[in-house]
Amino acid sequence: MPAILELEEAYGKTRRDRAFQAEFADYLKRFVGRPTSLYFAERLTKRLGGAKIYLKREDLCHTGAHKINNSIGQVLLARRMKKKRVIAETGAGQHGVATATAAAMFGLTCEIYMGTEDMERQSLNVFRMRLLGATVTGVDAGSRTLKDAINEAMRDWTTNVRTTNYILGSVLGPHPYPMMVRDFQSIIGREARKQILAEEGRLPDYLVACVGGGSNSIGLFHAFLKNPHVRMVGVEAAGLGIESGKHAARFAGGRPGVLHGTMTYLLQDDDGQVNLTHSVSAGLDYAAVGPEHSYYHDAGRIQYTSATDEEALAAFDLLARDEGIMPALESAHAVAEVVKLAPKLKKKQVVIVNLSGRGDKDVQQVARIKGVTL
Amino acid sequence: MTSNPPGHRTDASRVTRHASRAPNRLERKFGDLRAKGEKALIAYIMAGDPSLHETEALVLQLEQSGADIIELGVPFSDPIADGPVIQKAAERALRSGTSLRKILQTVASLRSKTQIPLVLMAYYNTIYALGEAAFCKRAVEAGVDGVIVPDMPPEEAGPLEAVAEQTGLQTIFLLAPTSTPARRTVVARRSRGFLYYVSLTGITGAKLTNLAEVRRNVAKIRRATDVPVAVGFGIATPQDAAQVAGIADGVIVGSAIVRQVGEHQHDPGLPERVGRFVRSLKAAIAPSGASSTA
Ligand SMILES: Cc1ncc(COP(=O)(O)O)c(C=O)c1O
Repeated sequence: MPAILELEEAYGKTRRDRAFQAEFADYLKRFVGRPTSLYFAERLTKRLGGAKIYLKREDLCHTGAHKINNSIGQVLLARRMKKKRVIAETGAGQHGVATATAAAMFGLTCEIYMGTEDMERQSLNVFRMRLLGATVTGVDAGSRTLKDAINEAMRDWTTNVRTTNYILGSVLGPHPYPMMVRDFQSIIGREARKQILAEEGRLPDYLVACVGGGSNSIGLFHAFLKNPHVRMVGVEAAGLGIESGKHAARFAGGRPGVLHGTMTYLLQDDDGQVNLTHSVSAGLDYAAVGPEHSYYHDAGRIQYTSATDEEALAAFDLLARDEGIMPALESAHAVAEVVKLAPKLKKKQVVIVNLSGRGDKDVQQVARIKGVTL
Repeated sequence: MTSNPPGHRTDASRVTRHASRAPNRLERKFGDLRAKGEKALIAYIMAGDPSLHETEALVLQLEQSGADIIELGVPFSDPIADGPVIQKAAERALRSGTSLRKILQTVASLRSKTQIPLVLMAYYNTIYALGEAAFCKRAVEAGVDGVIVPDMPPEEAGPLEAVAEQTGLQTIFLLAPTSTPARRTVVARRSRGFLYYVSLTGITGAKLTNLAEVRRNVAKIRRATDVPVAVGFGIATPQDAAQVAGIADGVIVGSAIVRQVGEHQHDPGLPERVGRFVRSLKAAIAPSGASSTA
């Protein structure tokens, strides 16, 4: 707990610090490659025959996903706090790769915790982290996925608080993480807003993004929350289907509870034990959702739906063939929702989908599912 | 728990001590021990490991073997304050079908056989799932004396603390070595029954290394409160226990006992086996104990 108070105080200071913000913006531009483009998906739009579909190309960020925005921010903060070591949890491996990258750039020691099931399905990212000089430690407890990796990272942080900062990868965990990670990711929506105004001369009708912990979605949505005509859809992982019980759809199947220092919608049993989850995408395979999403869910400001493994895999294929873009399996859930939504809308309406990451990391797994040996 | 802004925090001064209430089992136990010049041995076991039936037998045996207070762990799927030994125990307990409700039934059944103080160590979500008010009421009715919630910071404890206060359930807070002086004062004033000083920065089952720091911090806590101070985390051997008994009012031993339960879980003489270890701990902290230091 003292660790969190120290972080809260340090972040409180940097949040208002112009020099910090300027430094952060500079790294986002020159190291990450921002701004990422807002790309009109012409063939997909034609095929679906409804609204105009734009893709916010976070897949073009250095290391292949939006996660690096947050990692750079938090590693800069760790440097200011004079911490020599950073740790992180990772599910899909994207946050682990992003944190290992930022740590390498600044010369910090880095250890990444990852569930052993995730290490198997994202083995390419495990190797990438090791190439970047990070230690990857497998977590063989519980569901052996993201939640267990967070448990282990928190234990490490409690133990090594004097030297170490915990770089949490989504809008989860105790205060100040949900706010801090949202701040670092909200660049996505600020850019998208400017870009769509330049392109279309007006705000979009819909924003669509996948929701694991909820950082890429809140990152896109945040700059539009005050515009009531902009509708927002968060897409959770329905896995093998909500009825099967093998999913990670917290709003459809959960109720409020407390996990990792946050009160939020949680998949749990009657006794408050956290349920095992399932999704084809490691990044969405988590039993809780960021608390700010719970707030906007209850307030009715953001609508939450889900896409199954099958729908996500079909969307993965569709985007590859129609647009020449392979999305991360996480992002493919958002594309799957657009496939359902766009045909119901008018041709002059505009949808922005957050393409939170690229699919390179998932190629091996998709091959395995299709029964192809590489 | 939630990401509340700092301004939301509970005002510590609103919670006043209930001087008028009759002393409960925890206060009586510490009072009796103090009168005899003894220190409390607080033994932690995971409820339901390997079964609740064994838990009942273990509690009775540990009392006979010299434990003064029993801490019963409530198994949780995500025990972030615990090391591998207690994590595994929680998994065994969940596999045997243990829940908070059933643990309360076990406590009620134990109360016809023993008056040893019983404290639950429960992660917040297991309590929240039952409802804070229902939990406190049912726990006290069953005969539970106190509760420790390792993932509940004092800033978020107000609501549970209020209902616990009404029902007479003691809320025991944890203090870490890295706590600031301001936090130390707040926690010291609010802890009921005893205060749980965590001997190290880390999780249960780690190794105790800095006894001088423990001594310094316990002295500082004593200046802020007259509630008994018990020290836990990292106390694994009779030698460790003796050293800590020279500093604190109570010595909490968890992982070392739970490890024994794990090793002998299929052994018909499980309670006696674990009892023997507990007896060696109690002997080490006895005032006449040869290895006792100060
Ligand atoms: C590409 C990608 N998208 C989405 C997510 C889900 O996280 P969040 O909901 O925080 O954006 C992940 C997490 O690993 C990811 O790698």
